[in-house]
Formats: sequence, C-alpha cells, structure tokens
Amino acid sequence: MGSCCNGAFSASSHLSVTGFSQGFKSPKLPRLSKRQDGWFAQPPGASRICAYYGLRTPPYKLDALEPHMSQRTLEMHWGGHHRNYVEGLNKQLEKSEILYGCTLDELVKVTYNNGNPSPEFNNAAQVWNHDFFWESMQPGGGSMPELGVLQQIEKDFGSYTNFREKFVEAALTLFGSGWVWLVLKREERRLAVIKTSNAICPLVWDDIPIISLDMWEHAYYLDYKNDKGKYVNVFMNHLVSWNVAMARMARAEAFVNLGEPKIPIA
Amino acid sequence: MALRPLLSRKSLGLGFAQLRGLQTFSLPDLPYDYGALEPAISGEIMQLHHQKHHQAYITNYNKALEQLQDAVAKGDSAAVVKLQSAIKFNGGGHINHSIFWKNLTPVHEGGGEPPKGSLGWAIDTHFGSLETLVQKINSEGAALQGSGWVWLGLDKDLKKLVVETTANQDPLVTKGPNLVPLLGIDVWEHAYYLQYKNVRPDYLKNIWKVINWHYANEVYEKESE
Repeated sequence: MGSCCNGAFSASSHLSVTGFSQGFKSPKLPRLSKRQDGWFAQPPGASRICAYYGLRTPPYKLDALEPHMSQRTLEMHWGGHHRNYVEGLNKQLEKSEILYGCTLDELVKVTYNNGNPSPEFNNAAQVWNHDFFWESMQPGGGSMPELGVLQQIEKDFGSYTNFREKFVEAALTLFGSGWVWLVLKREERRLAVIKTSNAICPLVWDDIPIISLDMWEHAYYLDYKNDKGKYVNVFMNHLVSWNVAMARMARAEAFVNLGEPKIPIA
Repeated sequence: MALRPLLSRKSLGLGFAQLRGLQTFSLPDLPYDYGALEPAISGEIMQLHHQKHHQAYITNYNKALEQLQDAVAKGDSAAVVKLQSAIKFNGGGHINHSIFWKNLTPVHEGGGEPPKGSLGWAIDTHFGSLETLVQKINSEGAALQGSGWVWLGLDKDLKKLVVETTANQDPLVTKGPNLVPLLGIDVWEHAYYLQYKNVRPDYLKNIWKVINWHYANEVYEKESE
C-alpha cells in the first residue's frame, strides 16, 4: 500500500523550490540514464509508493472568459486536454519510484533531463504549462501592465507597443504547436519574448516565466478557427492578466537582481 | 450544425505564374466537393483546410521563395540560411497537403476500398494484413505529440514499405532520402478538431473510409519499377 499525494496540491509556482540556500541557482538534480527496463521503472518487488498530481481548476469559472474564450473551449481544453495530461502523468508515475517527492516544477526539470527528456516529460510539462496558462488569464484582463512590470517592459523592450509587437509576431511565426512566453531571463536579468515547441517551457532553462499564451490549435480552433491573429489580439486586449504578471515579477525579484534599488537621497 | 449545404469546390487554379523568372505556386483544386467526404470528414473542415490552411502555406511559401531569390541575388548568406526554416515549413505544408487531397476520395468513387494489385500484396507481405497496417498507422498517429503527419511510405532502396511520422510540416523525405510517400494522414489538430475535438483516435479510425488506395497503388507501382 502506500500511494502518496506528494505534490498533489503544491503551488504551481516555479519558485517554490525546497529551501536550498544556493542563492540563485536551483537545486542540482540527478543526472539520469535509461535503465534497462525503462527510464524510471520500479525495481521488481518494490513496495508501491508513487507520486500523484491533481488537476488544478482555473481561478475562474469556465464561462468567465466569454466571449473572448468560450466556455466550450474551456470545457474541452481544461476538461479534456489538460485533464488527459494529468491522468496520463499519474499513470506513468505509478510505474516509477524515482519520480517521487517532486513538486511539479521539479518534476518538469528532472524529466527534461537536460535535453534528453523521458516519456513523462511531455505530460508533466503540459500539466505545468496549462496550470500556468489558466493563471495567466483573468476575466476582464488585457489592457496595459502597470508599475514595476511596465517599467521593466519599457526598460527591456523600449515600449509596451514594441513588446506587444514582438509577442504577437512570435505567436504568429511559431511553426507547429507550441507556446509563447514573456520570460525573465535569470542570467541576463531582463525580460524577453520566447516561443517554444510542443511541451517545452522556460523552466527547463531555469528562466522565470511571467506570462504564457497557448498556441496549440486546440486552444483557439473552436472559437477562432484558423484566425490566429484574432486570437492573439483578443488575448492581449481582453484576457492576459497583468495582475498575475506583477505578482510573478515581484516573486522573481527575490531571485533575480534587476537593478539597484532607488535609495532616496536626503 | 443542423444543415450542411453541399459546398461547391473552389476553383482557384491559376496555373503557374511566372514572376521575374521565379515560379510561384497556387492552390490545386480538390478533385471532389468539400462535402463529399462526409461523414468521415466534415465539409466545414475540408473547406477551411483547403481554402485557409493550404492556401496560407502556399502564400507564405511563395513569399519565402521571393525573399530567397533576393537574398541569393545579393549574396546574403545569412538571409539565405535564415529563410530555410520558412521554406521547409511552408513548402513542406504545400507538398504534404497536395498529396493529402489525392489520398482522399469519396466513398462512391472508391474511397475506403482495400488496395488490390501489387500494393495490396506488398502490404500483406510486409505487415501481415491490411488491418495490422491500419493499426500501426493509427497508433503512431495517435501517439504523435504536437503537430505532424503519419505516412505509409516506400523505401526505394530497400524495396520495402515503412510507416513513419514527421513533425510539423516536414515532408517524408526528411526521414530518409529514399522514402516516397504513398499515403499521408494529417494529424494536425486543424485536420479534425471541429468534428472530433480532442479524440484523435476517432478521426484516425474514420478516415480509412475515404482513403484512396487506388492512388497509393498507382504511386507504388510507378516507384517500384
């Protein structure tokens, strides 16, 4: 017996790493190699302990993003796709003993395995990506970022307009399925717009995502069919949550020094 | 959608246009009406797929080729190399979809009829039976992560049939220079989402009812010589 629920309700925040006092770097995770019987297979005769993750609900009702993102899309996308990733992940984790005791963020990094991902990576990353995506939106979203986020955007992109152009361009020039991110790059200490394919997310490079947009076709096809441009613009105008972005930036500044504090001169 | 009017096929064939010596491409006509593949594939999907998605690949392919021509003329190597991904993606999209339309045909024109002739024999030899082949293609298509295609191909060198998948719009030849596509099934979400939603396996199960084995057999016989 002994199924665990570790990580079931853990925060999806990428910053909730267990308290390692290694400064900016995230904990060194073990280098993994494929065993003969599979990546993380249970050795025969092991007692069954396994990890399990729950499906987080979006922080709003499924019809709250209408008319910009329909309830039908939310039901399909969250209730179908996102749920399938969670269930797929849990099924895989039943057979693994090494992948126990990770927060979802850690699981994504471990299964990415420095560019040689294990089969669990796709599911783990997509669960994380979708958790992050729902939280990147809010009813009554859109409009402009404010305060610290706006300042940082203006510092790193010149202007909000320039950032928005870059973000939209990235979304429209993505080949195939993937995601677009506003990310805080740890080493360079600046914001950047990046696009990733399929399930990849900036966690694997140790960067800090601030906002994401799902550009898999299932994210917009029911509402906008092939009109990607309209979907992206609606996201920027009506869905993106700059409030969440502010909170994420504030937490990120505990890990990334974005500049000297302004000390008032008496 | 309660009513599905019989949508007429779009006639856009302008042939090849010559522009500054650069051959540009245009959308090939479908050899059947948009609604002709129902209920396996809905008319709505066929129309969007053909008029919007395929057309977009062609438009962007032409644009990339024009830019490439410019870059080559100027000797701008950085630009030439940078354009390769756009050419592969959009050109691949055009190639793949052009094959795909020929891989499909209405039931009343033989869609779904099992292959006879040398291809039918080759399938039995290499896979045991048509059912086994269909299972293999369906499972590889369903397991494909993200967007891509699943193919039945002929390896001209080894003279055998293969089942392969390619990502995004990569043509089959990216998996092996000797591979010739006989049948390709588009598993991008736009190919089935409006009808099958996220149940890709159902789409894969149903598409066999409109697969044009006659065309696949023709290609096989031609390439096997």
